[in-house]
Amino acid sequence: MASLLCCGPKLAACGIVLSIWGVIMLVLLGIFFNIHSAVLIEDVPLTEEDFTTTDAPQRIYRIYEQVSYNCFIAAGIYIVLGGFSFCQIRLNKRKEYLVR
Amino acid sequence: MGSIFRSEEMCLVQLFVQAEAAYCCVNELGELGLVQFRDLNPGIIAFQRKFVNDVRRCEEMERILRFLEKEITKANIPIIESSENDKAPCPRDIIELEVAFEKLEKELKEINTNQEALKNNCLELTELKFLLQITEDFFEEAESQLSGSELPSEESVSVTGCSRRLSSTSGGGRLKLGFVAGVIQRERFSAFERLLWRLCHGNIVLRHVEINVPAEDCMANEFISKDVFIVFFQGEQFKSKVIKICDGFHATVYPCPETLHERMEMSVGVNMQIKDLHMILYQTEKHRKNLLLSAAKDVHKWNVKVKKMKAIYYTLNLCNIDITQKCLIAEIWCPVTDLKKVHSTLTKESVRNGSTMPPILNRIETNQTPPTFNKTNTFTVGFQNIVDAYGVGNYREVNPAPYSIITFPFVFAIMFGDCGHGLVMTIMAVGMILYERHHKNIEMKNEILTIFCHGRYIILLMGLFSIYTGLIYNDCFSKTFNLFGSAWNVRAMFQPNGPWSNETLQNSSVLQLNPAVRGVFSGKPYPFGIDPIWNIAVNKLTFMNSYKMKMSVILGVFHMLFGVTLSLLNHIYFKELTNIFLEFIPEVIFLTALFGYLVFLIIFKWCVFTVSESEIAPSILVHFINMLMFNYSGPAMTPFYCKQRSIQTFLVLIALLTVPWMLLIKPYLLYSDHQRTKHVVRLCDNSKVSILQSEQTEAEIKGGGDKNHWEEEKFSFGDTFVQQAIHTIEYCLGCVSNTASYLRLWALSLAHAELSEVLWHMVLHNGFTGLSSVGLTITFAVFAVLSVAILLVMEGLSAFLHALRLHWVEFQNKFYKGAGYKFIPFSFTDICKR
Repeated sequence: MASLLCCGPKLAACGIVLSIWGVIMLVLLGIFFNIHSAVLIEDVPLTEEDFTTTDAPQRIYRIYEQVSYNCFIAAGIYIVLGGFSFCQIRLNKRKEYLVR
Repeated sequence: MGSIFRSEEMCLVQLFVQAEAAYCCVNELGELGLVQFRDLNPGIIAFQRKFVNDVRRCEEMERILRFLEKEITKANIPIIESSENDKAPCPRDIIELEVAFEKLEKELKEINTNQEALKNNCLELTELKFLLQITEDFFEEAESQLSGSELPSEESVSVTGCSRRLSSTSGGGRLKLGFVAGVIQRERFSAFERLLWRLCHGNIVLRHVEINVPAEDCMANEFISKDVFIVFFQGEQFKSKVIKICDGFHATVYPCPETLHERMEMSVGVNMQIKDLHMILYQTEKHRKNLLLSAAKDVHKWNVKVKKMKAIYYTLNLCNIDITQKCLIAEIWCPVTDLKKVHSTLTKESVRNGSTMPPILNRIETNQTPPTFNKTNTFTVGFQNIVDAYGVGNYREVNPAPYSIITFPFVFAIMFGDCGHGLVMTIMAVGMILYERHHKNIEMKNEILTIFCHGRYIILLMGLFSIYTGLIYNDCFSKTFNLFGSAWNVRAMFQPNGPWSNETLQNSSVLQLNPAVRGVFSGKPYPFGIDPIWNIAVNKLTFMNSYKMKMSVILGVFHMLFGVTLSLLNHIYFKELTNIFLEFIPEVIFLTALFGYLVFLIIFKWCVFTVSESEIAPSILVHFINMLMFNYSGPAMTPFYCKQRSIQTFLVLIALLTVPWMLLIKPYLLYSDHQRTKHVVRLCDNSKVSILQSEQTEAEIKGGGDKNHWEEEKFSFGDTFVQQAIHTIEYCLGCVSNTASYLRLWALSLAHAELSEVLWHMVLHNGFTGLSSVGLTITFAVFAVLSVAILLVMEGLSAFLHALRLHWVEFQNKFYKGAGYKFIPFSFTDICKR
């Protein structure tokens, strides 16, 4: 059980703050990419031919949705990291009580 | 008037207490923490004051406590800090405390010296043990080599004749070898060997072995590695030489017995002694630890008590003892509202003490300037501190702190305006506020974090205002929100309504939406904030720059006007009503006539000019400069409105008139006032001398008094004039430069927006275009860290600094003198925190 504790208290706290921020922001960005927001058009990897083919809007929408799925998966990874940091925090607290 | 808008009214109070009750009274006042003692003996040095012996006793006790704390921390025992308030001991308990301290110190010192001696002893015995173990091999080796009459290695030994050990098996005719055995530090060994060889011409045999276990040297508190050596030689002369050399190298020589049997006995004896010593050492260490543990429980309490005692005696030194030696006189500054509380506390204390005379509080009038005291709570103390950092206000001057609670975060937010960063800042501030109690522990360790924690309410307000201005600039991590639908319509630019066709789309790299075309701009602007379409426009900065610069000037002029209005409150309160006409009115006229008019032009141009006149719209800056030069001809001078020329000439003329108004009238009035009083006093003087000739002494006194009074008001016209000139020039030039200075609001908000955009494009953009989720995770982590480090910390500190400068210089120099001194009450909580 002791070897599971690999981060110190400060690193674990940073980890959980980063994870919470990551989850919230990436989920919101995922939603915005999903509804094809125009403001985010520069962040979508579009090529020249996406504009010239006949069903152009649909292709562009598909790419938007791909990026949004990436965002959701990244948010999922951050949930896992957040859970890991939370466990580290709990283990650190327990260790503190034991030493005292 | 509320106490936060001005500093508290203070009074000077004389306190008479019985000499015996003085200690307890001062103790109670310290616990209360409401009054400041004045030094009644300023000329006397510390060693001549009355209570210097008591202060010395306190310092002696502090020295012992410091020694104790050092020993406790060396033994790695945690010092428990109690949160309860320990009262200062009464005079009879002080003696007990002193005795206890001295006993503790003596005991600890004894234990320490004993321990040292024991450890040294143990060290020597251990070395002897190793010596005996290791030299066994040498003796055997020497025996075997010499019995085979083989000479050992050529370079180090040349033994004349074959020598044998006395204890070896062969018979007579052998020479006896003397030897010296000892222990030397490893570093010194090679030099030792060389010297021995040189001096003894190689007539010795030297053997050495390293001791593997490092020994602890108590003096240096470190581990030193040592070697065991043994030197064989023949004859007494060599023996004395070798011993001298050993002395020179600080090698300890041990008496090693010659026979095997004796050596075994000695070995056994030494081992037993070592075991005994170890046990004694263990007991000593345990005893010492117990002593320190029991001391550690009380050391913090004692520290607090001694600190309070020392503070009380130090304060008693500031007071006077009257002639009868029975009464202590103190002068204290006290806020008028707290006077009753102080009186009741002192009366209660004297009743408890059983003294016959209750302390007398006598309020006296004085010409000295009282200290400035602003009552604050945990929320306002941060803002009061940043105002006081520049200068503590004059007594009863208008306090800029309550206004800065709103204006400071707002000015910060204009430079920081980003909802996302504002949200992160707010959450951090809320975290700090919720974990307030936790901070007491962190406070001692990290200074920078302490500063942030003290400013948590300021950061909270800065964050909240930043979210608000972020929504107005429509900027969140450099992206905009489209909450209400943009007012611009692209479809209307296409044919048949507008000029665009499919070829325009394919052939141009940049397309311009023309609001003159019907339908492109819906006529109903975006309800709250900047339209989101500007985020994807290439000429975004041209639009935003113009908007932000004009906004900065407008806000700056209003901020300065507010400052000048506060000076009116000061004039009214200090009953200098002439100053209203001589300073306030011309200042306001100058500011509004020039810069108020500039603000008017800005707003007028925004309201009146439409897109159809955009090509010929006049430039505000050109018109403003030409207004001051009375130049109304030239190509760019299409008027804003019809009567512009006459109105502007009028405004410039009255602004110019205010300069001699401010400069000349006040010195002239002061001069004529002074002349009038001088004339009246002379007349008075003459009449008094003639009427009261019989009572000469009285006349002399009266005349002398008046003359002195007149001499006190020595009026130098030059000084007053120069002072007024400085004030006028500072104000007029200051208006111009300060208005331009407010453009930093634009500059910093531009910098922040651009940094934010660059960070998104260089970092997070790659995460999205990379089309891998793991890549996005890592990119986001980098983005978050850089956001906090660069945009929140660096930009935040920068905007904080500039907002502070705008308040301290541009706002406060319109009304704030800031030359007072701060009220520092005699309070145990402040003293113990230090």
